[in-house]
Amino acid sequence: MVVKEEVLKKTQAYYCIDCGKCTSVCPISRFNGGFSPRRILISSLTGRYEETLKDEKLYACLTCGLCGTRCPSDVKFEEFIKNSRFEGQKLGNLIPCAHGGAIQSLMRIMTSPSLEQKRLAWVPRGAQIAEKGEVAYFVGCLPYFDAFFTDLEVDSLRIAKSAIKILNRAEVEPVLLKNERCCGHDLLWAGDLENFKRLAQHNIDAIKESGAHTLITTCAECYRTFKIDYPAYMGPLPFKVLHIIEFLIDSISQGKLNFKKTRKKVTYQDPCRLGRHLGMYEQPRMVLSNIPALSLVEMERNQQNAICCGTSGWMNCDAISKRIQSYRLKSARQTGADLLITACPKCYIHFKCAMKDPKIGKELEIEIKDLTSIMADALGR
Amino acid sequence: MAKMKKQEEFEPKIVVFACNWCSYAGADTAGVSKIQYHHNVRLIRVMCSGRVNPAFVIKAFEQGADGVMVSGCHFGDCHYIFGNYQAKERFEMLKRLIHLLGLEKARLRLEWVSAAEGGRFAQVVNEFVEDVKKVGRSPLAPIKT
Repeated sequence: MVVKEEVLKKTQAYYCIDCGKCTSVCPISRFNGGFSPRRILISSLTGRYEETLKDEKLYACLTCGLCGTRCPSDVKFEEFIKNSRFEGQKLGNLIPCAHGGAIQSLMRIMTSPSLEQKRLAWVPRGAQIAEKGEVAYFVGCLPYFDAFFTDLEVDSLRIAKSAIKILNRAEVEPVLLKNERCCGHDLLWAGDLENFKRLAQHNIDAIKESGAHTLITTCAECYRTFKIDYPAYMGPLPFKVLHIIEFLIDSISQGKLNFKKTRKKVTYQDPCRLGRHLGMYEQPRMVLSNIPALSLVEMERNQQNAICCGTSGWMNCDAISKRIQSYRLKSARQTGADLLITACPKCYIHFKCAMKDPKIGKELEIEIKDLTSIMADALGR
Repeated sequence: MAKMKKQEEFEPKIVVFACNWCSYAGADTAGVSKIQYHHNVRLIRVMCSGRVNPAFVIKAFEQGADGVMVSGCHFGDCHYIFGNYQAKERFEMLKRLIHLLGLEKARLRLEWVSAAEGGRFAQVVNEFVEDVKKVGRSPLAPIKT
């Protein structure tokens, strides 16, 4: 099988020395003994690649990249999983999707070129936004999450509103794309390369049309997708991509923004896409340190060793995810912090969901906020 | 197709989720009483309107349905006591999603039809088909998965 050779070569899987460090560190293996990255890789290397493709366990991986930080041979396991899922999709695998696959269906609907979405109803009245301009703000799926997860009391649009507030305060009038699509992150990681490319093409065209040279996102996953996956699958982009954290750092150093005192003890959850995939560990902490009187305490496992929020790409939300989430929330509470900050809307939604658990929810409760929201709330005059 | 004199009338594809205990039996009553209704509907039997996961409805739209109707027992009549209340809750969420996607609200409908109301089932379906005909083909119709 030619494809197999290609996948194994590209992801350096041949260098695997069967040491098992990946399995010992994997958050899934920790709670589910049946799952082992090492076993998946070794069985693929020893002629059972087709079985791996058909196995459900292929979709259990969080692709959080924690194994990659320990691997002595630098095997890119999450890339291996991603490429294997592409192959699995060709075989017609049924993917275990959370929420009955509703979110994936929404994304596939968005590939339709004739769609005219009404996604900007949330924009606050006083906000200064433009039709065309230098800087565009990519809202992503936030309006959909807001509509979908109302029962979790998740206010995901607050992130978008906060971003507009920050951008306006830094004297930027962002372009909001009327008909942008999902970035395609979840379809890509589910192995649906074809529909991912369609979404990507729609977005690239829409941004080109707006004339923007810089694209700002508030989502860790959108950021990874634009930064790594769009250039890899669609060719170089004609615009620059920034996470709002980078924008904040720039604006603060230019003296455009100032913050008021916020007496709070906070802890920060590193999203896997922002941290291990892109190496942004220092920047979010630097941004937070700009708020006077805010003290940051670290969880037991932080930065490179941070544990993922338990579900990725709206796949495989099960008891294991809940246990990972409760472990993470408990360690957040142990720090004594009264606010948990994350930089990814999905971490925010997943943790909120875990706190709603009728049995253990009370033990896990901690106030949780997105980094963008807390920065916007702390903006001074 | 040049020979055709009249332009073919738009025949929408409509999916109806009907609950086993009331609406599906209602459709049966309509059939037994020989009440005619539009043949555009594809009836899917579910055990309860509360069984209709929002994903089913979204998937129906994804695959090119022009309209989707969810139909269950009247409040207080649910075989599983509160299934239709759940259906109502989910329907509110679906309405918001459909609006965001830019689809017309006429494409989505929630109805309560009891097992005895054969005539009402036919009437509701006819009304819905007419409504969907007015808004035309779904923009998602050509999608293939």
